[in-house]
Amino acid sequence: MPTKLIINCETGEQTEVELTAEEVAQREADAKAYEADKKAKEAEAAAKAEAKAELLDKLGITAEEAALLLS
Amino acid sequence: MANTYTLIEAKTLTTTTASVTFSTIPATYTDLLLKISSRNNDIYNEIHFRFNGNTGNNYSGINVYGNGSSAISSSSSSISSLQNLTVQSVSTQTASTFGNVELYIPNYTSSNNKSISADGVQENNATSAQAMLGAGLWAQTNAITSIEAFPSIGSFVQYSTFYLYGISNS
Repeated sequence: MPTKLIINCETGEQTEVELTAEEVAQREADAKAYEADKKAKEAEAAAKAEAKAELLDKLGITAEEAALLLS
Repeated sequence: MANTYTLIEAKTLTTTTASVTFSTIPATYTDLLLKISSRNNDIYNEIHFRFNGNTGNNYSGINVYGNGSSAISSSSSSISSLQNLTVQSVSTQTASTFGNVELYIPNYTSSNNKSISADGVQENNATSAQAMLGAGLWAQTNAITSIEAFPSIGSFVQYSTFYLYGISNS
């Protein structure tokens, strides 16, 4: 079972305890949400890169040439 | 402008730990600074933060991120923890290397929403390592009395360190 560390800043007491079932469930929910968010961002970045490549192809210029135009 | 730094508490992990919480943080300072040197035992690079045990969708963040060959920016809003702000070293990187993270919380006792700035860098003896600079918001008006830090997935490894400083402006 994973553990958590709690540091009481008033007393200096440091307690290491196992995560409760509720906390484990929260961690699992956090992990799922994080992975879903990460996948969505990766998909968005991939779509953007693809659209950029298509546009460069349409214009018949390279990414370096496009950067030069915008500099 | 802050002119005093006081170490409130410090901890070096003696074993793999899923989360680290600083509780009962005194309200006697102006700002808080959390400095972390850490590594995840999994492949995921981000550290998440929660204040006062709040798991509601009250957090949002924006970042710029680079890895030596590309740079991107992203944002997240209405999420259940502060994330997308920092990176730490991960299990696939050079053994015994640790990332460096800073989380700065100005006016942590104010009765307004809390803004946070953060940065993180990985240590890795290879051609690629990541850096992230982030800004976050906790849309709650309570004073911050506890801070929990945990990897998105996985646990902090032994020898990761956590230092919480209180900063006063007078």
